[in-house]
Amino acid sequence: MRATVLIRPKQGILDPQGEAVQGSLRKLGFAVGQVRVGRLVDVEVEVEANGSDDARAQIKRMCDELLANPLIESYEIRLEGS
Amino acid sequence: MSTRRPTVAIVVFPGSNDDRDAAWALGAMGAEPVFVWHDETELPYETGAVLLPGGFSYGDYLRCGSMASVAPAMDAVRRFAEGGGLVLGVCNGFQILCEARLLPGVLRPNRQLEFVCDDVAVRVENPATVFTSRCRDGQELVLPVKHGEGAWFADEGTFVGLAARGQIVLRYAQNVNGSLGAVAGVVNERGNVMGLMPHPEHAVDPLLGSADGGLLLAALVDAASERVLAAA
Repeated sequence: MRATVLIRPKQGILDPQGEAVQGSLRKLGFAVGQVRVGRLVDVEVEVEANGSDDARAQIKRMCDELLANPLIESYEIRLEGS
Repeated sequence: MSTRRPTVAIVVFPGSNDDRDAAWALGAMGAEPVFVWHDETELPYETGAVLLPGGFSYGDYLRCGSMASVAPAMDAVRRFAEGGGLVLGVCNGFQILCEARLLPGVLRPNRQLEFVCDDVAVRVENPATVFTSRCRDGQELVLPVKHGEGAWFADEGTFVGLAARGQIVLRYAQNVNGSLGAVAGVVNERGNVMGLMPHPEHAVDPLLGSADGGLLLAALVDAASERVLAAA
């Protein structure tokens, strides 16, 4: 089963990369407000068919243990076909 | 009086690049440095202290220090730390200890989004740790920094608690990277694990511009010696 994990800097966490991108977009003439830069991870999980609950639980653990740092990042799990 | 040199294990990850300077500096301070490759599962017999060196472990993939924090050698380091063993993380080593949650907080991209490479002054906020036992309260140490992601961050409650318990060990005299509270180094609550962004191993001889780093590394070697002797 394939899943996509979206990882974002939490609200209130300073994101200098997002600020730099915002500045560059404005330089290009775009009227943009806040810009935040996160990360996207595609994961193939090996689970039994109909195992989407199991897959979600596994991916949540992956996020908590490695993919995201809960001090500064939030994450959102999207399972393919769900 | 034993003249044995205490073993300090230096964990080498793919991408570590300050491991050899650390070994040289620790040797100069009277230790016996031993390299431990990242996929080893045990520390050397009679390890008196562990040093996690600077560098760009695993190419800084995902987040600085995150991949290294789950390397097999880190399981051994974690057991060592949980048993009260002394662990010092420098730069990438500090990032690894935060990602491994052996130290509070996390290192974020520098506020100015620029790599900072300079000799900077850091102030000793707590001289009562084993790592700062050779320093005076308020002493300013000149140490080099060289990092792109050195802005230490923690939530406010954590920060206030750390400051109250003396766990903020070093602060920059001038905040060079946007660290919360100008924090340059922190220690865990138990006092046996410390991390700092500046590089003591690059400042152990006046020829290098400063010998102040020797105060921190010699303190580590002092403490490692005492522990090895006590265990013998």
